[in-house]
Amino acid sequence: MKALVPIKRVADFNARIRVRPDGTGVDLANIKMSANPFDEIALEQAVRLREAGGVSEVIAVSIGSAQCRDVLRSALALGADRAILIRSDLTLEALAIAKLLATLVRAEGIGLAILGKQAIDDDAGQTGQMLAALLGWPQATFASSVELQGASAKVTREVDGGLQTIEVNLPAVITADLRLNTPRFVGLPAIMKAKQKPIEERDAESCGVSLGARLCVLRTEEPPTRKAGVMVKTVADLVDKLRLEAGVL
Amino acid sequence: MAILLLAEHDGSVLLDQTARALAAALEIGSDVDILVAGKDIGAVAETAAGLAGVRTVLKADADDLDHQLPEAIAALVLQLAEGYDTIAAPATSLGKSAMPRVAALLDVMQISDVIAVLAPDTFKRPIYAGNAIQIVQSSDARRVLTVRTSAFAPVAATGAAAIETVAFAPAEARSRFIEEQRGKSARPELGAARIVVSGGRALGSAENFQTRVVALADVLGAAVGASRAPVDEGYAPNDWQVGQTGKIVAPELYIAVGISGAIQHVAGMKDAKTIVAINSDANAPIFQYADYGLVGDLFELVPQLTAALAQTRS
Amino acid sequence: MNYDVVIVGAGPAGLAAAIRLKQQTPSLSVVVIEKAGAIGGHVISGAVMDPAALDELVPEWRSASGEAEIPVTDDRFFYLSAKKAWPLPALFMPRLMSNHGNFVVSLANICRWLAAHAEALGVEIYPGFAAAELVFDAEGAVIGVATGDVGLDREGRPGESHQPGMELVGCYTVLAEGVRGNLSKQAIARFALAEGAETPKYGIGFKEVWQVEPAQHRPGHIQHSFGWPLPDSTGGGSFLYHGKDNQVTVGFVVHLDYRNPYLSPFEEFQRFKSHPAIRRLLINGTRIAYGARAISEGGFQSVPKLAFPGGVLVGDAAGFVNVPRIKGSHNAVRSGMLVADHLAAALGAGRAADTLLSYDAAWRQSAIGADLYPVRNVKPLWSRFGTLAGIALGGLDMWAHQLFGRSLLGTLRHASADHEALEPAARHRPIAYPAPDGNLTFDRLSSIFLSGVNHREDQPVHLVVADAERQRRNEHDVFGGPSSRYCPAGVYEWIEQPAGPHLQINAQNCIHCKTCDIKDPEQNITWTPPEGGGGPNYANM
Repeated sequence: MKALVPIKRVADFNARIRVRPDGTGVDLANIKMSANPFDEIALEQAVRLREAGGVSEVIAVSIGSAQCRDVLRSALALGADRAILIRSDLTLEALAIAKLLATLVRAEGIGLAILGKQAIDDDAGQTGQMLAALLGWPQATFASSVELQGASAKVTREVDGGLQTIEVNLPAVITADLRLNTPRFVGLPAIMKAKQKPIEERDAESCGVSLGARLCVLRTEEPPTRKAGVMVKTVADLVDKLRLEAGVL
Repeated sequence: MAILLLAEHDGSVLLDQTARALAAALEIGSDVDILVAGKDIGAVAETAAGLAGVRTVLKADADDLDHQLPEAIAALVLQLAEGYDTIAAPATSLGKSAMPRVAALLDVMQISDVIAVLAPDTFKRPIYAGNAIQIVQSSDARRVLTVRTSAFAPVAATGAAAIETVAFAPAEARSRFIEEQRGKSARPELGAARIVVSGGRALGSAENFQTRVVALADVLGAAVGASRAPVDEGYAPNDWQVGQTGKIVAPELYIAVGISGAIQHVAGMKDAKTIVAINSDANAPIFQYADYGLVGDLFELVPQLTAALAQTRS
Repeated sequence: MNYDVVIVGAGPAGLAAAIRLKQQTPSLSVVVIEKAGAIGGHVISGAVMDPAALDELVPEWRSASGEAEIPVTDDRFFYLSAKKAWPLPALFMPRLMSNHGNFVVSLANICRWLAAHAEALGVEIYPGFAAAELVFDAEGAVIGVATGDVGLDREGRPGESHQPGMELVGCYTVLAEGVRGNLSKQAIARFALAEGAETPKYGIGFKEVWQVEPAQHRPGHIQHSFGWPLPDSTGGGSFLYHGKDNQVTVGFVVHLDYRNPYLSPFEEFQRFKSHPAIRRLLINGTRIAYGARAISEGGFQSVPKLAFPGGVLVGDAAGFVNVPRIKGSHNAVRSGMLVADHLAAALGAGRAADTLLSYDAAWRQSAIGADLYPVRNVKPLWSRFGTLAGIALGGLDMWAHQLFGRSLLGTLRHASADHEALEPAARHRPIAYPAPDGNLTFDRLSSIFLSGVNHREDQPVHLVVADAERQRRNEHDVFGGPSSRYCPAGVYEWIEQPAGPHLQINAQNCIHCKTCDIKDPEQNITWTPPEGGGGPNYANM
């Protein structure tokens, strides 16, 4: 069974991003870019499943500009067998990404798609579910453990207030949560080897799906600063405020 | 301008997020129907009907909706979608799992984690973990959105809407519920907890950390956090660390005990809805971020607070 | 892996060497490793750049890098008192201090562009890997470097996904680590390269980038100052450059031969910004970046031998900073080019792992020597006579060079090493620095937050205190714990505990400036490279 893992190139989680003073977006110039951390977890899971024998081939795909080759190289170094770049210089939304991925899933005969639960840039958290819907596949979002069992997968999900275990028929879409695994360190030898591997390229425009944006970002703002707090004198005061004013108790 | 809102419930009780998401829905338009889906959820539907401003409660009670698996819920919503131009859900595990399926099959782009409604088609939503806010306008004929419920106050329970039963025509189920471990650990997970109690260097020892911070967290059913110093000094475990290099949390209530408020810590908790700081140093930077500050000896104040809360809770 | 040349550090010197090697002999295999997670992430510089060297190396940098957009148009020099700024007439300035023809740049961005250019020429560049050790052959010559292990836990035990380091072997190894590199330090000690040279001298430089109101922004305007808030006995000064996009770089340098252990370079910098002449510019702006780095200040007479069996030093690792011009990047590029020419010739002759004496012999006669020689007495005069008299004498000496082609003073020696300069705390009183206002002035932690610093948590502490007891007796008891003040990142905290003072090392905060390695009075602290990818993540520095 072939597994597909999409990798999004995003501002590194350590990078300090800044809203452009004119409100036209976030200034990413010269900021360190990396693979979305949840996508790395998804990839690590796919590689572990291949190492355990349930998956035959792990294909990493990134969608975007030529610079996305960087994250695909890292994916190859981490253990992906093949890497595909679907080129587009447009800013693509989750729906368009899901449509492009669906075409790739069909073309490659993918049996399992593992995605990060969300990208840490736009925080939308939609692509996996959309891909599952477009393919008519079942989904298991927010996975904290994945076990392949022949024609199905047993997945434990991190849901509000606890854990939920479900079984999904394969083919399926799984989205990775933080605790699914800790991606391995990639050593220099693996990176050097990955440099020699080919990256297959295709053009997003030629995939036969509509890529147009549905959302228009009117403005990007700094988050509001907190309003000034108050000092309370006693514990009793504090409990009163929390109960009556803040309503959090 | 009819709006369909998916109710959040745990199978027996309607959860607070529904009333909050309803507030957002009512800012979009006045004709809001709430969909309560599940098995044996009559009482939940009754509660939903009591929320102010609801037009109708749609009750879908079916074996196939037990455990509210996202595929089934999405299929149900799609069956009802025809009559609505906005479909919303609280941004809970269920809402986040089901709504993008709905959006994809309606061929629209979902707007995730709405924190403000500016117009029926224009919303504010956080990006980059809340470090920036986007104002987005949808050009889709139909809008699908999830609502960050902490950004909206719940509507009052002063309504009396009619309840209609809707049928669910299930497709072949491809996913099956196996088990659920609610609140598996007695203590909620730090990243998802509603309340977090954190301790800092002023605690001074593992024992103090247990008897002060952990005891307070126990009373509140809260997760336990720590600033870097207790972790570095070994009296709080690694995975309790809140901050730039630890976990980023955004609970409804964050109580910082003996934490000075180094920016790296603040980076991890500044998005909490309500922040309480207890510190002996009135000049500690943490007070700049606190909604409620209490200056004094934590070894006196925290046990007092624990006792007071234990009393109100019992 | 075997290469012709292994280069440690993707700064201007290392990248210039790599590019020049491929220009000279395209068939050479050249690898560059860089400890920052991405190229430019650890590069920090003023910077007003003298473009002459880059023009020679890759003339297209002017049109292609986007960094040659802001030529210096207005260049001022001030002496500050607490309330006033006294301009120094341009007439007094020796010609070699002129910034005419220079550009306000981000050196980090230039390095990003140079790295892409080098890769296009076939250079292999691997960011995210720190060179932890020199590798020697049986004869003791350097034959490459080894990267550090990753995935060790706090105690140094291999964790679940531990990856051992890897040896990169080369005919020659180029150490382009910048100031006080850990391998350069080892090579200098092992091969006695500093023998016959003056003691190295250093400063600590701070830099912040501010987004200012458009009305305040004058692209191409630059100014330098000395005087307030530093006492006359402490060397240092400020720089302020108006760059692109309504951004202004404001920076401050404190010479690390300061004597008062209570002095806090970070807080001197913060205080500097409250000078009326600076406050006016920044007060309605927003600080968007912060960083700090040690600066080499020894100059001409402190440059060690540059070649040793199998390897060479270039750039700031060699100490090629022109102190009065506060510029080194042009010499970094030049030294990279110079060494590349000698390396290409040696490799062409089939040589390997020997001592590249020709490079060591060549630099003094090169443009680097011509740049550093006339200014060699400025720093010793400054250290000896204080700021006012020292700069006046230094200026006279530079004029003498300009008018008569030689110094009146010969070559002055440096007094002592920087770590010996501190006086016991008992001889000084604590300095009461104003509390940060969170608007114009800041504390350390909110500052390093902007540097994007991070290290994986569970790894050995990379700041190694050789003897904790000695650190307590000496650094704390005698000198009053200066590490908590000289560190620009809040790494060191002395915590008074019932059992006695305890040095808390917040290694995760470290922005790799190397000041602790330089200034610790007993040289008991050693900066070692943490796991690759750790450290600051500078964007436009």
